[in-house]
Amino acid sequence: MEGAKVAGTRKLIDGKGTRLDGRKWDELRPISLQVGLMKNADGSAYIEWGKNKIMAAVYGPKEVHPKHQVLPDRALLRCRYHMAPFSVDDRKNPAPSRREIEISKVTREALQPAVIVEDYPRTAIEVWIEVLQSDGGSRCAGITAASLALADAGINMRDMVVGCSCGLIEDTVVSDLDDTEDKEGDGDMPVAIMPNLGQVTLFQVDGIYTREKFQKAFELAIEKGKQIYGMQRAALNARFFGGEGAVTQVEEAAE
Amino acid sequence: MIERRQVIPGDVIAKGNHRYGPYIEKRGDEYVALRVGLAEVGRDEIKLNPVTGPYLPRAEDDVIGKVVDLNGFGWVVDINSCFDGFLPASFVFGREFSPATHDLSSKFRVGDIIGARIESSERSRDPQLSIRGQGYGKIESGEIIKISPTKVPRLIGKRGAMINLISEKTGCDVRVGQNGVVVVTGSPEGIVKTARAVKMVDEEAHAADLMTKVEGYLGGSESGGN
Repeated sequence: MEGAKVAGTRKLIDGKGTRLDGRKWDELRPISLQVGLMKNADGSAYIEWGKNKIMAAVYGPKEVHPKHQVLPDRALLRCRYHMAPFSVDDRKNPAPSRREIEISKVTREALQPAVIVEDYPRTAIEVWIEVLQSDGGSRCAGITAASLALADAGINMRDMVVGCSCGLIEDTVVSDLDDTEDKEGDGDMPVAIMPNLGQVTLFQVDGIYTREKFQKAFELAIEKGKQIYGMQRAALNARFFGGEGAVTQVEEAAE
Repeated sequence: MIERRQVIPGDVIAKGNHRYGPYIEKRGDEYVALRVGLAEVGRDEIKLNPVTGPYLPRAEDDVIGKVVDLNGFGWVVDINSCFDGFLPASFVFGREFSPATHDLSSKFRVGDIIGARIESSERSRDPQLSIRGQGYGKIESGEIIKISPTKVPRLIGKRGAMINLISEKTGCDVRVGQNGVVVVTGSPEGIVKTARAVKMVDEEAHAADLMTKVEGYLGGSESGGN
């Protein structure tokens, strides 16, 4: 942390509380969500979050291979978070790094409580998250897109999952850190929540917080998560109901 | 007309004490949606019609599948689901079936398309199929169209209204499996028209005036696509 501070010569936040990209402390970067663009996946979503560009695809439920991994009473949830070689300034080696393996694991654990795996015994549900362009906060963006892709695939879910990170710049709690703020700032706190259930499914943190700052950052992440949840709803509405209002009249369809 | 509300997973559909259908979970006194779909709160039951999702076999369903393998005891059938259907040879040849005396490939070969009924579907085993009854068995000819299994009730329509309309207007015979597999037989022109109409239902299943739309599309020709 100290080393990063020395490297960073820029002031990330000015006296008026404006950040490098002009945002206020509690502002989000622009987010756009699209659902169901990939024809060959059972469910898919695309998210642009600031400069992040991430695709998420869901395949399944399908047969488990290798067979010895079959779970007799529930589905096997597999997640892969991967960064494309061209997603960062210097070419990234396409082989999964330590960081990507970790994020794959926390993503799986963030989605698992929402997916009703017991409804799909002996099957596998695969979630593929591909970061096409990376700009900080990509695990949260990946989880947000992956949960949309799961809903698009029509897999039973207790709730949506939505992620948002908060953090510290100097002594200020800020929401939605970008790449520079993540690297040169003083703390990062990615949080994923199930907004209706009011449960946290991902919580990671680095940096040193006072008790009050910690509480503030955590609550801000949840508040921002709920805001992004609204965008998720709009994206699903656009995909399945032509973006109409909340109520429709439909003639009765019966067998 | 019944009022339906668009829901996404996690949405509370209703509170209180009701009977409820699949894709709904009860939490305390709240009924929560598990899928993206249209929720319908009736007088005595809450229903959720999902707009997307895989086919999960249920007992009594009529399905159309493709034979992918056969062994000494029966046929393995791809029923457009994550579970393969199994059609036991004893259901076809009767109780006196013996692997030594009966040749399974004389009845169905790998690649054959069959209409079948789901006999039983349990969590721990692959679903069992049966071809006992009228209309089941090998489907000799036709064009196969796959649609989303959740749109099947829409394609059939109220008391078969939609499917009858398509069938009447194109002069084709349309057979729909609950697993989203549709087989169309008839004149080549009719098949093309039917395929477009079926795809239309699949893509615009949420539209309120679907019946009129489909009728408008098929309107011109009375039969055979002439």
